[in-house]
Amino acid sequence: MEILNEISRYLQHGDCEKVGSLTRQAVEKVPPRDILDNGLIAGMNVIGEKYKAHEIFLPDVLLAAKAMYAGMDVLRPLFLKEEMPTAGKVVIGTVRGDLHDIGKNLVGIMLRGAGFEVIDLGNDVPPEKFVETAQSENATVIGMSALLTTTMLVMKDVIEIVKEQGLSDRIRTIIGGAPVSAEFAHEIGADSYGYDSAHAVEQIRVLIREVNGRHGDREKR
Amino acid sequence: MTNLIDELRSGTILVADGAMGTMLMERGLKQGEPPELFNLTRTHILEEIARLYLDAGADIIQTNTFGASPLKLSSYSLGNRVEEINRNAVLAVRKVVEDHAYISGSCGPTGRFLKPYGDIESEEMYNAFEKQIDTLISSGVDIICIETMIDLREATLAIKAAKTISPSTPVIATMTFDHTPKGFYTIMGVSTEAAVKGLDKAGADIIGSNCGNGIENMIKIAQEYKNYSRLPLIIQSNAGIPAVKGDKAVYPETSEFMAEKAKELIRIGVAIIGGCCGTTPEHISAIRKVVDAFGKKTSSL
Repeated sequence: MEILNEISRYLQHGDCEKVGSLTRQAVEKVPPRDILDNGLIAGMNVIGEKYKAHEIFLPDVLLAAKAMYAGMDVLRPLFLKEEMPTAGKVVIGTVRGDLHDIGKNLVGIMLRGAGFEVIDLGNDVPPEKFVETAQSENATVIGMSALLTTTMLVMKDVIEIVKEQGLSDRIRTIIGGAPVSAEFAHEIGADSYGYDSAHAVEQIRVLIREVNGRHGDREKR
Repeated sequence: MTNLIDELRSGTILVADGAMGTMLMERGLKQGEPPELFNLTRTHILEEIARLYLDAGADIIQTNTFGASPLKLSSYSLGNRVEEINRNAVLAVRKVVEDHAYISGSCGPTGRFLKPYGDIESEEMYNAFEKQIDTLISSGVDIICIETMIDLREATLAIKAAKTISPSTPVIATMTFDHTPKGFYTIMGVSTEAAVKGLDKAGADIIGSNCGNGIENMIKIAQEYKNYSRLPLIIQSNAGIPAVKGDKAVYPETSEFMAEKAKELIRIGVAIIGGCCGTTPEHISAIRKVVDAFGKKTSSL
């Protein structure tokens, strides 16, 4: 539909006003779910791909995200809380002692852009807080970021709490950040590793599918 | 002590110091604690680190003020102690080095993004730099070092603040690049060419790159800078990308390796060579030896 393409296009240009006004026009004739999927999320997907390919950089992503939020603000009241479609729920944060949060924010933007529900605990998050929040919010994935070599080992504490509390079958962990690698993720027992924000979103999608699949099996029994 | 710019112009290659953060961690910096807290409570440790780098042969010693911007300190509820934190850091280094080395006032990013992509106006950011740099200069630094920048607009604001406060104080400005398949860019999309031109235009006296890369990538970055720039160059490389061994993060590049590669930086014509994350007094000492063995640059700037 043309108006959804327009929304996607203006979102990619980071035009908050246009995305807001077009979304208001669109709700007159298009179901909100379609606007979300084929307008806002479609636009953010393009941004994600271009960012991944180094065609655009962080400022363009931040601008597009602002435009997406402008559209989401219009749509949110139209969804009843339980009907707000979600690809899954993810708790994210930068681990304790780390105030670098560019990468983590970017993952949050990309996740929301891909239709996930995101609970962002911010930076300097204590290990217990990640697990408590994931439990109380019934989230499937904990995403942790560290940008300092001094703080990357805190991620291991979070993973150990998940294991100690016997939550491994329904809460998955993924890590990212400049000093972190797939080997490091493996070493500390994380379920996954995202080398950049777009890759993190793909990996989180896989983790959620795994957990949902497993729960599906159990229900059948 | 001679003027830094004159000294570089005469062809002297200078050695800057190495990492601060890792040194502080070995001396009790806890997770979650801002490194600048040492400036209030443990200045004797700042003195000890300055002494180690001075003894290792550094000509330039940095202050522990990387995160001492009012915008950053306020997130630790230290916003009302900006002057004290910056002044104490300078005085601690001065006490040790007297006039045997240049003191460089470190000034890192504010951690905020400018409008429209971020949430802060240029004026507010400028005022924050002005406050920090004003304190550093009035406390007696010889150089202002604006480092680890990813946004050219932010770097420009910092350089302008420094040059407005004290036009005669030399300003070093360095950016941090990622190695992408399309070349070196900062996270914000600044290419090496744009960095050189932008930092020069903003009024920096010495430009270069720090952090984010090991020395092999830094050699490539230095070469690109050299292609675009007439200004003296500074390179402060990480000791590689860290790996985890047991319960510790370990930086892989040894002092021997970095010193050997530093020869390449000298060949390219880099004027100041120092270290960033993971480098130690041993790295600086090894680089010192390489620089001394080389002597002065034949083609002065």
